[in-house]
Amino acid sequence: MAVVTQRPAENRVKKTSHTGTFARVSRYVVVRLLVLFATVVVGVYLTIMIANMGGYVDQIMKGAIRDRVTQSIAASPSMRQMEPAVRKKLIEDSIAREEKRIGLDIPIAIRNFRYLSNALTLDLGRAINMTSDSGSKQVRLILLERLPPTLLLMGISQLFLFFSSILLALNLSRRYGSFLDKAVIALSPTSAVPPWFYGIFLILIFAALLKVLPFGGMVDSPPPANPFDYSMSLLKHLTLPVLSLVLSSFFLSIYNYRTFFLIYSSEDYVEMAKAKGLPSRDVERRYILRPTLPNIITNFALLIITLWTGATITETVFLWPGLGRTLFQAIGLYDIPIIVGSTIIYAYLLAMTVFLLDFIYALVDPRVKVGGR
Amino acid sequence: MPWLTHASKWVAGNMNSLKNSFQNLLYYPSAILGMLVVFLLVFTAIYAMIKIPYRDAIRLWRGGEEVWYQNPKFAPPAWINFFSSKKYAESFAVRTSDGTMTKEVTPGAEGTSTMSSSYTFDFSYDYYPQELILYLSSTYEEKQPFISVEWLTPDGRKIRIVNLAVSQKQTYRFSQDQKLKTKLRTDDVIPALFSDPETGRLIKGTYQLLITGAAFEPDSDINVEFVSHGQVYGLAGTDQARRDLIVPLLWGTPVALAFGLLASLGTSVLTMVIAAVGTWYGGWIDELIQRITEINLVLPFLSILIMIGTFYSRSIWVILGATILLSIFTGAIKGYRSIFFQVKESLYIEAARAYGASNPRIVFLYLIPRMIPLLIPGLVSAVPAFVFLEASLALLGLGDPVLPTWGKIIEDANANGALYRGYYYWILEPATLLMVTGLGFAMLGFALDRIFNPRLRDV
Repeated sequence: MAVVTQRPAENRVKKTSHTGTFARVSRYVVVRLLVLFATVVVGVYLTIMIANMGGYVDQIMKGAIRDRVTQSIAASPSMRQMEPAVRKKLIEDSIAREEKRIGLDIPIAIRNFRYLSNALTLDLGRAINMTSDSGSKQVRLILLERLPPTLLLMGISQLFLFFSSILLALNLSRRYGSFLDKAVIALSPTSAVPPWFYGIFLILIFAALLKVLPFGGMVDSPPPANPFDYSMSLLKHLTLPVLSLVLSSFFLSIYNYRTFFLIYSSEDYVEMAKAKGLPSRDVERRYILRPTLPNIITNFALLIITLWTGATITETVFLWPGLGRTLFQAIGLYDIPIIVGSTIIYAYLLAMTVFLLDFIYALVDPRVKVGGR
Repeated sequence: MPWLTHASKWVAGNMNSLKNSFQNLLYYPSAILGMLVVFLLVFTAIYAMIKIPYRDAIRLWRGGEEVWYQNPKFAPPAWINFFSSKKYAESFAVRTSDGTMTKEVTPGAEGTSTMSSSYTFDFSYDYYPQELILYLSSTYEEKQPFISVEWLTPDGRKIRIVNLAVSQKQTYRFSQDQKLKTKLRTDDVIPALFSDPETGRLIKGTYQLLITGAAFEPDSDINVEFVSHGQVYGLAGTDQARRDLIVPLLWGTPVALAFGLLASLGTSVLTMVIAAVGTWYGGWIDELIQRITEINLVLPFLSILIMIGTFYSRSIWVILGATILLSIFTGAIKGYRSIFFQVKESLYIEAARAYGASNPRIVFLYLIPRMIPLLIPGLVSAVPAFVFLEASLALLGLGDPVLPTWGKIIEDANANGALYRGYYYWILEPATLLMVTGLGFAMLGFALDRIFNPRLRDV
């Protein structure tokens, strides 16, 4: 998570006249939007290409359809009386109908472009094999159904991680060299371990040995009817996945912010503010946090995007019914519309964020001008 | 070639400062610990490859029931007996063919012969073994040899187990014998064999398995293998397919190191070279690299790897290639780019241009060597991520189908509900190794980062 980047040097500009501001900003907006849109188009097209592996997936799906149709017709007693020729024709017709339903009768190149244009207009279409829990095959409904669990899990863990690490890092940068500071530095390599790995250990300790928390899932089965019991059950199931997501980036995140704040707090103007006798709260807020704001905002924006992708493996380990696990299941079922749907939404969110960040920089940093060179 | 000496001098100078930096490592305890871990891992990897050659490793990992039949299922490692006051029965396998089980043949009249074989063992555990099995084999032309099996307990009882005619290859499982169950008046044969029939308490002491046989042809012969599946096995225990986990644990080391180091090296070197080329030539090349980086940002990294694993190939080398390709054009390329822009303006580059150095020469001999101090910490720090990536993919069922790896053990354990059923050793062993590897490289990388990036050294 929290990747602290250096401030982009290209954004610093010299003074220019006010008259050209509108023209400059609008030209910048148009060019930037076009470039970002092209990026999204190419990215999504590549994903579509990979998702059907140049037609290889078609072969698998056609084989599966032939198998299924032949089996079902062979198994049905009423068809057994038919003439072999008639039955063969019936099988071929059924296969053709099924292939048409999924769209396998259209050449792959055209189908790829159809997927692409549908995706770009956010017409996500129907899933091939998967259904939502309410029984719908609409990709939109499947994704929407899995969104709340992911938002809950990722939202709680990532927001907690973000705010707690910034606050703790500020605190540590003030007490540089203290025992706590050294402890955080020593513990920061623990973030080399991914969250699902901590998840396995946490399951081992709290579910298998102590038997106080559940192994996985989102609520007890059957779900409690009473809203209070329901939320308590949810909370119990939420504890371990959230804890593992937080644990795996906690110390590195604090360490990164701390180092970042320390670099900024060695600037002359901070020394000057301290020399003036300003209270340390004011020094932190006005002289350390303010210039680091663009970076903090960038990290926050990227964090919001990761909420959408979910945590595929952590969700799989904890059997959490979120988007990440859905995507993994969709790949296993060759369900291209779901893969593409999830990718396009991520791509749009990312492009939008990148676009908006330029304006937010200009708002928080008076040295930055939109579209300035 | 005068330029070569010049370049080598320059590189040598650079190497000297590198050497000093590495000496600084000794001031960081975490770096020493990290180096120790890396050294131990490399040693283990070499040991594994020498001790169990590749073909043997694959045979032991994928061989089939005839390779693993001597091992118990789901058995924790034998050393847990050190930490437990109640002892678990260990496994053993003895056979007449190599003399671990005695065999005496006495010739009789008209080409017949009688054979007697026995195995005496001390049983001083608190838990019964999982299973006792006899693997019988015989040679004969028409008339099958005949054996009878007896069981002698420490309190002097003699239990007749079975009488049977031996075919060419035959397996006799004590716990599956209905007649024996009826005779012992129990469903669990194994506990009954090891306990007092009155009290049902386990009896420790010396047990003996006695086999007497009769063959009815001159060249007829009987061979016996007696296998006891204990509750514990070997140094690492076994899994659901009776495989000895020491094989994937040992062999997982070179695989993890190779995957982590190659992916990390490939990614960082290629990223740096591409960033250097882009910065130096500028223009459309730089623009193209920037656009590819942005497109790569849109691509879902893990999903694409899962798709390649599902649709195309699960071979670790294909996954490695895809990982490197997808990891080149990331944020790191922007970081290198901004530094290359500064280096590009420095005086020694200008000097190189002035004497007419060619473009590739400047890029590869002047720009890139300058970045090695930055490359090394990044390279080491990136290793854990790739090692864990392999394990993550294996956990999703996309591990290499042939190679034994740590991730595959975790996947098998997870699929068989190891945590739920209490087989903790099964997950803890590979997990500990993964954790130690990850932390070792991460600690070393952290220390290197602080040494090579002076800006971090003070804070």
